[in-house]
Amino acid sequence: MSTSTSTPTAAPATTARAAKPSRHYGAGTPFLVALMTVLSLIWLVPLAFILINSFKGKFFISGAPFALPDGETFAGLDNYITGLQLSGFARAIGWSLFITVGSVAVIVLLTAMTAYYITRVKTWWTSLLYYLFAFSMVAPFQMVMFPTVKIADMLGLATPWGMILLYLGFGGGLSVFLFAGFIKSIPLEIEEAAYMDGCSPLQTYFRIVMPLLMPTTVTVAILNAMWVWNDFLLPNLVIGQDERYKTIPIVIQMLIGSNGNRDMGAQMAMLVLAIIPIVVFYLFGQKHIVEGVAAGAVKG
Amino acid sequence: MTRALKKYFPIFAGPTVLAFLIAFVIPFAMGLYLSFTDFTTLTDAEFIGLQNYKDAFGDRSGFVAALAFTALVAAISIVTVNVGAFALAYLLTRRFPGRNLFRSVFFMPNLIGGIVLGYTWQVMLNAILKNWGQTIVNDWRLGLLGLVMLVNWQMLGYMMIIYIAGLQNVPKELLEAAEIDGAGKSRTLRSVTIPMVMPSITICLFLTLANTFKMYDQNLALTAGAPLNKTQMAALNIVDAMYSKVGQEGVAQAQAVVFFLIVSAIALIQLRATRSKEVDA
Repeated sequence: MSTSTSTPTAAPATTARAAKPSRHYGAGTPFLVALMTVLSLIWLVPLAFILINSFKGKFFISGAPFALPDGETFAGLDNYITGLQLSGFARAIGWSLFITVGSVAVIVLLTAMTAYYITRVKTWWTSLLYYLFAFSMVAPFQMVMFPTVKIADMLGLATPWGMILLYLGFGGGLSVFLFAGFIKSIPLEIEEAAYMDGCSPLQTYFRIVMPLLMPTTVTVAILNAMWVWNDFLLPNLVIGQDERYKTIPIVIQMLIGSNGNRDMGAQMAMLVLAIIPIVVFYLFGQKHIVEGVAAGAVKG
Repeated sequence: MTRALKKYFPIFAGPTVLAFLIAFVIPFAMGLYLSFTDFTTLTDAEFIGLQNYKDAFGDRSGFVAALAFTALVAAISIVTVNVGAFALAYLLTRRFPGRNLFRSVFFMPNLIGGIVLGYTWQVMLNAILKNWGQTIVNDWRLGLLGLVMLVNWQMLGYMMIIYIAGLQNVPKELLEAAEIDGAGKSRTLRSVTIPMVMPSITICLFLTLANTFKMYDQNLALTAGAPLNKTQMAALNIVDAMYSKVGQEGVAQAQAVVFFLIVSAIALIQLRATRSKEVDA
């Protein structure tokens, strides 16, 4: 597997915020700003489109899809209310949050400990485990799809709690891999000193090693959060048929994809609601997200 | 120290390894075995040798066509995504006001999940196409165009970030030396900058290839393979065969194995190409 060291780490998008003196700007600056402004606006068109139309009455959307809502077509929050009633969206937000937060917490805690163990205890089977974890990053989900879903069913894992275990199992490879890469760079002397002072392996890990893992922890948490939050196929197959346990992507697929309701307004509103948490998340953690997602490039 | 730690396997690695066995190792082994059997569930598998593989490459499965379509989407996207991402990165590593805001905007779609992203594009493209009395599923070429646009929107900002990191690592002295030697901007770009960011280019080419190959959600949301499965990509074809067709589970699993081999081959070639150093556990 490629190592994280061979991957360029992302440029923090915000570190250069301190304004550079304007005399350093090149000659083409106005042109560049204008070009980028136009391109960014084009980039935002799909988002603007659903936002605008989510406030229009459903019968007006197809007429002039790119027009702003006016007195006649403006529907206020009607689409949002209809959409929420149609789809059980509010509950889906709850389950998406539960599964995402639960999986990320479990993955971060347990894969870091696993990575520590297989890095520090060197035998043939810890090496084997390491290579198996690395190998699992390459395998497409379709390869294990049918058996995984059946086994999850048989073991009673077809619940949001079971999903957390499945995410730990199927997604743990990347996290173990990233943590292991970092743990290798921690000098052994620190831990040996702790042992000399009478710390048990658990005390050494939780008091000494775990705090050092913080940068990788942030990366692993963000990568898994984005993956679990957006994941559709696995939860759809495992818990999607259960009326109680739908996640946001499952609800969106049901509302728009299947032959069901064709209320365009409600569809737009639900798409907007599905995107808002991501935008908020991005606004708050932009620097870490950009770095974390790019660090995950090793996943390939 | 290692000896003291060794006994702690159940606490440190036990839960992860157990979950890994349940969700990956055992299903992987079973999946491999099931691809040589006729089955409808885990317990009724009958060994039938290579028949599933023959059927997978037969006309009825549509697998070869799906692979070809996947390759087409990937081939176009690799060019457009990487040319676009490199151009943006090149411009956005210059100094001008607001460049971090622009970077943020271009990167943002990457965080939106495939299903939500796919349907956002579906409703928008259908609204546009309505002017010509068309929808995205009327003509496979429209579906292809839509998929390529969507892939660009999603991946371009991501690749841009990797290119920006690469460009920022080009030593200033080299660029200054080129300028002193009288090289123009395009000459410097060609002879200094691009060779220096070759590692980033390799990574981005393979990332685009692998991500496009494994794409499922976006394909399902945008066209679901319509018309007549002509815009069906490989992952969608496999899931469809597994869950929507009757008695095709074995064939679907064989297709999944072939798909796995292709994706692994891509990863192995990438490993060679990036010439990364060996890792030791």
